Amino acid sequence: MGELKVEEKTAGGLTSSAAPVVEVNGLRVGFRTQAGVVQAVDGIDMKIGPGRTLALVGESGCGKSVTGKALLALQPKHAEVTGEILLSTADTKGKGRLDLVKLKPDSKEMRAVRGGSVSMIFQEPMTALSPLHTVGDQIMENVLLHRTRNRKEAKRIALDMMKRVGIGNAEQRLDQYPHEFSGGMRQRVMIAMALSCNPTLLIADEPTTALDVTIQAQVLELMRKLQRELGMATLFITHDLGVVAETADDVAVMYLGRIVETAPVRELFSNPKHPYTKGLMKSIPRIGSQTGRLASIEGTVPLPLNRPPMCGFYERCPERIEGVCNAMDVPETQIGPDHRVRCFLYNDEGSKAKEAKMHG
Amino acid sequence: MLRYMLRRTLIMVPVTLFVSMIVFIIIQLPPGDFVSGYAAKMATSGEIMDEQAMALLRESYGLDKPWYVQYFTWIIGILTEGDFGYSLSYNRPVSDIIGQYMGITIIVSLVSMVFTYVVAIPIGILSAVKQYSFFDYLATGFGFLGMATPNFLLAIILMFISFQWWGDPMLGLFSAEFTDAPWTAAKWMDLFKHMIIPVIVIGTSNTCELIRVMRGQMLDEMTKPHILTARAKGLPEWRILLKYSARAAINPIVSTIGWSLTTIFTGSTITAIVLNLPTQGPVMHKALLSQDMYLAGSWLLLMAVFTLLGTLISDILLAWLDPRIRMTRKGT
Repeated sequence: MGELKVEEKTAGGLTSSAAPVVEVNGLRVGFRTQAGVVQAVDGIDMKIGPGRTLALVGESGCGKSVTGKALLALQPKHAEVTGEILLSTADTKGKGRLDLVKLKPDSKEMRAVRGGSVSMIFQEPMTALSPLHTVGDQIMENVLLHRTRNRKEAKRIALDMMKRVGIGNAEQRLDQYPHEFSGGMRQRVMIAMALSCNPTLLIADEPTTALDVTIQAQVLELMRKLQRELGMATLFITHDLGVVAETADDVAVMYLGRIVETAPVRELFSNPKHPYTKGLMKSIPRIGSQTGRLASIEGTVPLPLNRPPMCGFYERCPERIEGVCNAMDVPETQIGPDHRVRCFLYNDEGSKAKEAKMHG
Repeated sequence: MLRYMLRRTLIMVPVTLFVSMIVFIIIQLPPGDFVSGYAAKMATSGEIMDEQAMALLRESYGLDKPWYVQYFTWIIGILTEGDFGYSLSYNRPVSDIIGQYMGITIIVSLVSMVFTYVVAIPIGILSAVKQYSFFDYLATGFGFLGMATPNFLLAIILMFISFQWWGDPMLGLFSAEFTDAPWTAAKWMDLFKHMIIPVIVIGTSNTCELIRVMRGQMLDEMTKPHILTARAKGLPEWRILLKYSARAAINPIVSTIGWSLTTIFTGSTITAIVLNLPTQGPVMHKALLSQDMYLAGSWLLLMAVFTLLGTLISDILLAWLDPRIRMTRKGT
């Protein structure tokens, strides 16, 4: 994965595809602490069309995992979630869309969504499976909850899924425990589990981060294949731009609880606009580069606690405009048909200030 | 699994023999023996035993021989005839005495053990689920109170309360009229009534510890990543709790069943003395005080064997509960 390959996928950006499977509007997730509310997710919007993959990219602590969990109301109990998560599924056809934020986290309706129309794959296949139950039991559990009450039928589906994710000797493996599987195989089990009920949306939270590189490639290839076969929309949460290039149709770059840039994958790689996105691109190591040191973005993500209205990236930004970037909230600017960026460099406010600076 | 159990059982044989030897040596350690203790007791009541009489007594009991000869006579007796020796103070075979108290001891201990688990495990689970709630603090408070209160004190308090309200302190395990009566329903009822105080007293002493262990384990298990996976499948919370968290949290408790087995058979000595219970505890206590060596030795030996058996049982239970343990065993 040394060289970035941007793959051509089905034409058409986010806006041109069919009605989105999920549409998120102004989603905010805050954690009440003694010092104040930590705003981990601070008003994000996104849409994912059927069969498409949106990669949510960002550093550790930018709120991408919290976003993924909030889609299934899996956030910790003390979190406050506002905004809209509109989901259209087979069940909601004709009835409008289901707003997941309005559902109580433990309600029957929410539980029907979890694992049914929306399912999730986690980062650590080592710990995400229960060590005390067989793999078959854990896959079948999902099937029994959402697809059938019949154990024989559930077993057949589980076996079929295990074969589909490339677990050989499935009949025997069904009765084995997670510790008898390797990391990559466990992640395959997780995938089989997540896709066993034909979800319309799959949330993959860094599914390959804990795997070594060759296994990563296999798992990514598998996920792509299954997406083609099953046609679910995917929200792919990752910090690995190599993975983004291989899997995504569209990319949303997240920083400090906000989406700072959204674009189709080719556009983003060839024409990054936000200084943060540019920084991320620069920090990808390339074979044959002459500089001795790896490029990195200075500093770390600040804590989203009691932030005044200003650009979250201000402190680390090489192109910051004093008196503008740290004085007000940054609005989103449409700079291409599917390319949006949240930066003063690309709107009137910023250009005016820049001009004034040059002349004054 | 079967091979593992067999191997474990075989290993128990040399361990038991070794323990029996240590037990015997320890019993011999205090100065004097049963005869000198007996002579001292006689002296207080005015009868003087002369040296010759003492020597004669020693010879008849075999106490004049070196300790290893005594040990081998004792151990060979146990192995060949199941003869645990002769209790010098009771003037009866040791096995007789042990048998007499065994039934009641097992009943009292098993009931208090079940009481402990039935009370502690659900409270521990609830305390963890409702962490820092009023219930959690209440359970913790009561638990610590139970642990901090000496058993005998609690026994005396309960006896006092019982005496104040019902006019009967519920001493012993049977009312006077039932002591030698045949086992009728009325006698069982009487036994049941008398067991309330001992079960509460013996039970609460372990309850707190178990509540804390269960609570801590549950808190640990409830934040494991696979719980999030289960939640993401759409499982209801109570099913997650029972199927995943509680199932895993119970492991350390199962592993302590091993040494609980010893207390089943010995009973709580001090509580039993205070409550005047006809269980093994007080008998053991008396045997040690009077240097009744065969009785005391057999007791200590039985305790050791029960500890070994208990450990074996909890290991088997653990292997049954946890597939990871099962796997590593297959290899050996």
